[in-house]
Amino acid sequence: MADTLVHDVTEPAPVPERRRPPRVRKTPTTYALRLVATAYLFLLVAWPVSLVVTNTFADGVGSITSLFEDPDMVVALQLSAYVAVWSVVINTLFGVGISLLLVRYEFPGKRLLNALLDLPLSVSPIVVGLALVLVYGGRNGWLGPTLAGWGLEVIFSTPGIIMATTFVALPLMIRELVPVLEEIGVEQEQAAQSLGANGLQRFWRITLPSIRWGIVYGVVLTLARSLGEFGAVKVVSGNVLGQTRTATLAVEEKYLNFDQQGAYATAFLLAMVSVACIVIVAIIRPKNHA
Amino acid sequence: MTSTEIAAVRPARTPRRSGPRNTLTRSSGLGLGIAMIWFSALVLIPLAAVVVTAADGGWQAFWNTITGPQTAAAIRLTVFTALGVTAVNVVMGPLIAWVLVRDRFWGKSVLEVMIDIPFALPTIVAGLVLLSLYGNADSPLGIDIANERPAVFLAFLFVTLPFVVRMVQPVLEELELDVEEAAASLGASRFTTFRRIILPSLTPAITAGAALSFARGVSEYGSLVLLSGNLPFKTEVTSVRILSSIENDNVVAAASVATVLLAISLAVIVLLDVIQRRVAARG
Repeated sequence: MADTLVHDVTEPAPVPERRRPPRVRKTPTTYALRLVATAYLFLLVAWPVSLVVTNTFADGVGSITSLFEDPDMVVALQLSAYVAVWSVVINTLFGVGISLLLVRYEFPGKRLLNALLDLPLSVSPIVVGLALVLVYGGRNGWLGPTLAGWGLEVIFSTPGIIMATTFVALPLMIRELVPVLEEIGVEQEQAAQSLGANGLQRFWRITLPSIRWGIVYGVVLTLARSLGEFGAVKVVSGNVLGQTRTATLAVEEKYLNFDQQGAYATAFLLAMVSVACIVIVAIIRPKNHA
Repeated sequence: MTSTEIAAVRPARTPRRSGPRNTLTRSSGLGLGIAMIWFSALVLIPLAAVVVTAADGGWQAFWNTITGPQTAAAIRLTVFTALGVTAVNVVMGPLIAWVLVRDRFWGKSVLEVMIDIPFALPTIVAGLVLLSLYGNADSPLGIDIANERPAVFLAFLFVTLPFVVRMVQPVLEELELDVEEAAASLGASRFTTFRRIILPSLTPAITAGAALSFARGVSEYGSLVLLSGNLPFKTEVTSVRILSSIENDNVVAAASVATVLLAISLAVIVLLDVIQRRVAARG
């Protein structure tokens, strides 16, 4: 029963079909533009990225397997995954909540909040790190010494890395959800309410199913961004081998220490995850964004 | 949640001009409060701390820091490179978007995926990736620009690729082909159609994408670490300058330069907000 309900609810009001037949005239300009765009993307993205793959496997799969035999590297990969999961959980809860508030309610300062929520996208990661150190630094931070008194070390430890990562990935979920929520409107919830559904039921049965794909995109994008954060983490982590060194920090460390194979192999792993995230989004998106 | 809650909800897009209203209920107000506490602790208070720390040294110290020769050189390099990259994106972005929307050919979906790769790829990996083609003694192209200024340009170009494309694409998809055909049937040349019909509708999207790509370029750090060598007066960008101040325990200097970057980010955010309102008002 749940299935049919969900299905009916998820489909947005039938938009008049506007798929146009391919009416584009194939003039020389069309081909020229196609060539320019393809060549540009090939030189800027495809070729360089493919070189990482060939460099990684230049000597077979040895460089990948040796990564997993290095205990410090395993710790770094685990730390990256751990931090990314926390960042995704926090940003999902915050993102769903704040998107609902922004779309469904009016309150003073809403426009300002709406603009400020985009700020993390354009702030330099180094500035993010600096900002967190200034407030949560154990010695001179605004709140750091107090928190340290309670036994909570933020900077140069895992909570700081999680905060830095959460900061830089914060707008992604909201940017996915706000348009979806605006699109679905409130009619179905009002109908459910008139039939006696309470707030929690309306959220679980109607709102959540209709925004679930928005949440999936948001989670995937947040995950990719969180796994890859480098600058902000570099400032707040202290980069202690085997403790607060994440996988991205390890790439730099290995490259600068002339361990090119190790650097390429780690980079390959990270690139695989982010490309996988992009491909997943590309595959599921068209079905839902008519 | 109470039953008044739904009744109070209004469709989000109704235009209103009646000043700030408040439709918060008790539970949603509580939710907003919690969200604001988290947002302040994570974002607002730390960013305020940057500005306050910069102000601590006084205006003269702030001015001396950002006009010091090495810092000024870094800021100049960052801003001018970001402007140049944005100019390239303003041309290439709509071009790529047009190909993705209007053209049909085998392998187009691969191009779609390629646009998003710079956004998802960890920046340090992006640097390594570019290094392997453009900054290597045995580069297949025979190009080695590592530790040179073009490397900064290239890195910015890579990380800012998606912004204009992704802003323009949805607008182009919405554009009615009929209007263009009407213009053509009335004797407009393709160029005139482009200039009079297509370009005006794309301008807000292009401007928004350009602003985002400028902001992203100015704040870039990760992709430059391995690629540009961070040579003072040559390839050192603003973010690197801030980091070296942090590492030398000169927090006030770091915060001063960071304030300049924050001002640029804020300006971009304001610009985006204005564009959004304009487009929404036009309907």
